Amino acid sequence: MEVGLIFLAVILASLIGWMLKQSFNTQPWVAEHVDEASYQAPFNAGAKAVALAALLAVITSFFALMVSAYSLRMELGDWVPLTEPQLLWTNTVVLILASIVFQWTRNAARNGISQRIKPGLLLTGFLTTAFLVGQYIAWQQLNASGHYITSNPADAFFFLLTGLHALHILGGMYVWARATLRVFGGSNDIEESIQLCTVYWHFLLVVWLVLFGLMLST
Amino acid sequence: MAYVAIADRDHEQEHHDPQTFITKYVWSQDHKVIAIQYACTAIFVGLIALGLSAMMRLQLGFPDTFSFINPENYYQFITMHGMIMVIYLLTALFLGGFGNYLIPLMIGSRDMVFPYLNMLSYWVYLVSVIILIASFFVPGGSTGAGWTLYPPQAIMQGTPGIDLGIILMLASLGVFIVAFTMGGLNYVTTVLQARCKGMTLMRMPLSIWGIFMATVLGLLAFPALLVSAIMMMLDKTLLTSFFMPAISSMGTDPGYTGGSPILFQHLFWFFGHPEVYIVALPAFGIVSDLLSTHARKNIFGYRMMVWAIIAIGGLSFIVWAHHMYVSGMNPYFGFFFATTTLIIAVPTAIKVYNWVLTLWEGNIHLRTPMLFAIGFIFTFIHGGLTGLFLGNVTIDLPLSDTYFVVAHFHMVMGVSPILVVFGAIYHWWPKITGKMYNETLGKWHFWMTFLGTYAIYLPMHYLGFAGVPRRYFAMGDTDFLPESAQDLNAWITVSALFVAATQILFFVNVFISLRNGKKAGPNPWDATSLEWQTPDTPPKHGNWGHDLPECHRWAYDYSVPGYDDDFIPQNVPADKAPVGRDHGGKH
Repeated sequence: MEVGLIFLAVILASLIGWMLKQSFNTQPWVAEHVDEASYQAPFNAGAKAVALAALLAVITSFFALMVSAYSLRMELGDWVPLTEPQLLWTNTVVLILASIVFQWTRNAARNGISQRIKPGLLLTGFLTTAFLVGQYIAWQQLNASGHYITSNPADAFFFLLTGLHALHILGGMYVWARATLRVFGGSNDIEESIQLCTVYWHFLLVVWLVLFGLMLST
Repeated sequence: MAYVAIADRDHEQEHHDPQTFITKYVWSQDHKVIAIQYACTAIFVGLIALGLSAMMRLQLGFPDTFSFINPENYYQFITMHGMIMVIYLLTALFLGGFGNYLIPLMIGSRDMVFPYLNMLSYWVYLVSVIILIASFFVPGGSTGAGWTLYPPQAIMQGTPGIDLGIILMLASLGVFIVAFTMGGLNYVTTVLQARCKGMTLMRMPLSIWGIFMATVLGLLAFPALLVSAIMMMLDKTLLTSFFMPAISSMGTDPGYTGGSPILFQHLFWFFGHPEVYIVALPAFGIVSDLLSTHARKNIFGYRMMVWAIIAIGGLSFIVWAHHMYVSGMNPYFGFFFATTTLIIAVPTAIKVYNWVLTLWEGNIHLRTPMLFAIGFIFTFIHGGLTGLFLGNVTIDLPLSDTYFVVAHFHMVMGVSPILVVFGAIYHWWPKITGKMYNETLGKWHFWMTFLGTYAIYLPMHYLGFAGVPRRYFAMGDTDFLPESAQDLNAWITVSALFVAATQILFFVNVFISLRNGKKAGPNPWDATSLEWQTPDTPPKHGNWGHDLPECHRWAYDYSVPGYDDDFIPQNVPADKAPVGRDHGGKH
């Protein structure tokens, strides 16, 4: 459970630190004028950014607990290490490319280079779909070589972790699809959506690198 | 940047008044309607769980009397009673119900930041409730694994409901967590983003602090339940071995290899202990506001109360294994978790002292909400003290799985939060409905409930000391228990049925008030917090009419010297009323 606890401690510490900063040395019983900064949101962020940050904290907690379960289960006698398909390396590169392209698109949106937005979004969607297809092929390869979800706890965790990660990517694809449709519908008010999607993509890339590293090393 | 009211900054905050009955009351995006939907659904399932507990008590008080209760039913009743009360009633009622109603009104916002997501949260919650109730009617019935759903017995032959029952239970929990996450993101974001001008964090009423911190705990802890539900679902349906050990069942090999039931316990209690505080922290916050308002005194030690809420929230994540002392853990772990468990008593005790000191020399009005708030202090102290017993490894080992534990957790997280729920409903009823309730009926309701719960749970402590194990369908012949233990059980059953029946008083009160209740003024308790200062009672869509309120002071300016009224609302500017108390503030 250490992994889960460490992640949780970091999340809670940053929240509690901010709250203590707000509350230390205040005299709430005094009805005096307060300056703007003290009743505004952290970092002057927008509502959607705060909600995304909270969602990322929830997902972090979820995967950290998965990793905790993985490390506890690994110590038991019936664990047979799995040799991951080589294809996963290619998939990882594809997912990194998707993140880079999304960042490129987001920079374009921020700097008002609108001709880059449409190709950028489409390319991101293509690369991300390619990653998902690649993951599916990796599953097929494992099945073909006799590894099923019931074969061994290591196999079970492989299918479970990759599947849950793919589900989170699909959730991101839903938001990406809505943003893309709006762009092609002629909307200009798109910068925030692209910005938040990019953050989510980078986050899921980090989650994947952690999961992939964990499965490679065990 | 130039000042823009936080609540006005985002486009989502622009509301269009709903036109039709359906958009106004069914597919509503108004936080007040959603709150009432949440609360009614939660109370409805709560009544089912109350009925289940009555059936359990019938069996325990009068064994061999009722042919319609067999051991399988009994385990199903236990399981569903616990699961419904903890998750589908208390969590949903405090956060989905009171959280939804109070957050925007108390922080001076027009609505939640994401109203559509808020609506979705309720309907997804309703789906989880429907799946839960459906499990009563599937072949084999609902699961009888106990609310902790421990493997391997949760999915092994011999436990009731191992076919569809457990599957629906796990699915319902998963759906509930999705609903809660949608709601929870909303509550957190709204508290952080949508506070009105002048509403600093340290001017928020303690109700909001409690609900906010409980939501943070829920967002971080429910994933642990989701992880364990997903893995157990795979163990059940695909025969993986995350939790299921190599085991043979009735001579056959179900095909599991060496999984770890203890792993499930870790994950479950990593959720399960914060869950206690998800239920308790909103109750702490609300009770602080009730006591302060009806004692006409500022809450004692406001900053300490806030920091105690934060400290309890943080500590609640490092005490989970005190539920697992009997699982054969390393003694050093037991030592660690016993220590953290006892440390959590410090901020909790600070809160209790501050509640009592708030009452000290207050101008106490013993109205119904105040009675329930003071009743909470009693039951919470009793439940908390037995928690100190159980937090120590050496005392827990003999008491584990006895009725002492049942008495402890019912006192501390059953009765106590429910008393606050009732107090809060009576307190905010005039604002929610615009009608007054019947004070006499309310007081009868309080005294019968309060004294009745003591009649139920005090004797259970004795049964626990005597060694009566929990979860047993019938005791049969045992040498170590005197005959009188059964008499005590019968007494508990009679008391429990009596308390359950007196809850009718509450519903009668609600019904009479809705039909013929006296019209309530906007602020019948002379309270300071913003929800009592709305232009309309009950508040209309958008809450505040044309202009958002501006907050100039904390929510506890009661009986301020040198001011005519004994309360100064939060939106009264500093130059219209005294600017502070003589705590060293600026004069």
